[in-house]
Amino acid sequence: MRALIAALMTALATGAPAQEAKLQLKDGPGKEKAAVCVACHSVDYIVMNSRFMTKAGWTASVNKMINAFGAPIAKEDVDALATYLAQQYGVP
Amino acid sequence: MNDGASRHALRRRLLAGVAGAGTLAALPARRVLAAPVGSAGALGFAEIPDGALAEQVLERLPGKLPLIKKTYRPPNFETPIEYFRGVITPNDAFFVRWHLAGIPRVDAKAWKLTLGGDSLQQPRSYSLEQLRTGFSPVEITAVCQCSGNRRGLFVPHVAGVEWGVGAMGNAVWRGVRLKDLLARSGLQPSAVEVVFDGADGPAIDKTPDFVKSLPVDVALDENTLIAFEMNGQPLPHWNGYPARLVVPGWTGTYWVKAVVSINAVSTPETNFWMKTAYRLPRGRYPGYAFKTQQAEATEPITSMVTNSLITSFDVGHQVPRGKPLVVKGIAWDGGSGIDRVEVSSDAGDTWHRARLGRDHGRFSFREFEHTVPTRSTGSLVVMARATSRSGETQTEQLSHNPAGYHHNVIQRVYVEVV
Repeated sequence: MRALIAALMTALATGAPAQEAKLQLKDGPGKEKAAVCVACHSVDYIVMNSRFMTKAGWTASVNKMINAFGAPIAKEDVDALATYLAQQYGVP
Repeated sequence: MNDGASRHALRRRLLAGVAGAGTLAALPARRVLAAPVGSAGALGFAEIPDGALAEQVLERLPGKLPLIKKTYRPPNFETPIEYFRGVITPNDAFFVRWHLAGIPRVDAKAWKLTLGGDSLQQPRSYSLEQLRTGFSPVEITAVCQCSGNRRGLFVPHVAGVEWGVGAMGNAVWRGVRLKDLLARSGLQPSAVEVVFDGADGPAIDKTPDFVKSLPVDVALDENTLIAFEMNGQPLPHWNGYPARLVVPGWTGTYWVKAVVSINAVSTPETNFWMKTAYRLPRGRYPGYAFKTQQAEATEPITSMVTNSLITSFDVGHQVPRGKPLVVKGIAWDGGSGIDRVEVSSDAGDTWHRARLGRDHGRFSFREFEHTVPTRSTGSLVVMARATSRSGETQTEQLSHNPAGYHHNVIQRVYVEVV
């Protein structure tokens, strides 16, 4: 599939890069751990899912990203990342 | 709190107040403030999450009209309600939904559709031209609705793309029958599923490629198409150019875009997108049972549930006493066709049959219209309830499920007669 994608790709169709660049993660402890998220998806995926999840919910989301989607997040970073997401984007 | 935020808060309190019909009498007659983009509350539903509502804006993807941006990458854009006031959804307003960020611009001249698999005698490849000229063309009008349409309206909220009501569209699809392609390659009796892959791919290698399968009998249904035209035009890039799967009656997850391979197989597909994602609690919902994919507790989402949408006004609409209130909208289901739509203007105490619009086939949106007299001033709660020819109707209360699928709760739109 990968070779085929390369063959078919004349240009990677990017949605709206200029607009996406305006999106920023909120400042807070652990923000640097969340930088990995935007390798695969824009920041608005996180904002869209706020603010209704507890830390347990965000932990489940982070684990899904690791286990289902292969996100390169170290096991020892899960707690700090989920804490950041819960504080900035979780149930107030 | 700035002025915009306080207006927003006021509006939310107002909408929350009309969510239950019992509070109606206490509502003062007042103008409801302009809604933010894509508000579900403004349509008489539970509101999408705060973060989603604050984040979304009307933006244009190349070749598209301004749509409700849910996410930039992968791109997820929702169709605003105004485009559902006609029975056919224009191509440039049709919703956009991708799972993976690698979306190539496909060169139709280089594109090939490859058929194979252990249950196909003769593997073959087709160019777009060979597909167009080698088989009898077919046209069908059908609704493509994301499984998670209205996920944002779930109470309590569930994680995912927080769609409002517009992750759907109705188009005339032109293409060739999948069964004709399979027959030409010698489909074997050993086939249990047919597996589809598109040209899209993940941002990182470890993310599972988006691959879906259909039960072999659905793949062989005469209405299952490989479509290369939508409303008389080539498919838009964002909707699967140059060809996509069309599975009338089934949710959008099966309508693989920019399809490049089709494999008939003798063992069920086991990738993440079949085995883990797009699943419902087993036996809870009506619809086709995908037997080769059923697990003990879950089964794949398949056909759509019966649903409707009032499109002619928003919450807070004011109509002068004596002027009839015209209730218009659309209804659809999983492929039996719409039998009737009933409208209530007294919060569900009495129901009246709406007039149905032209029948575009059992897979299409069906328009409805009903006129409500306005003899005295005060508040009305307008509801619409569709029933399919197979006898399925909409739910009064949400049937909650973890992934946020099959929301077909009856809408309640508060209107003022002044």
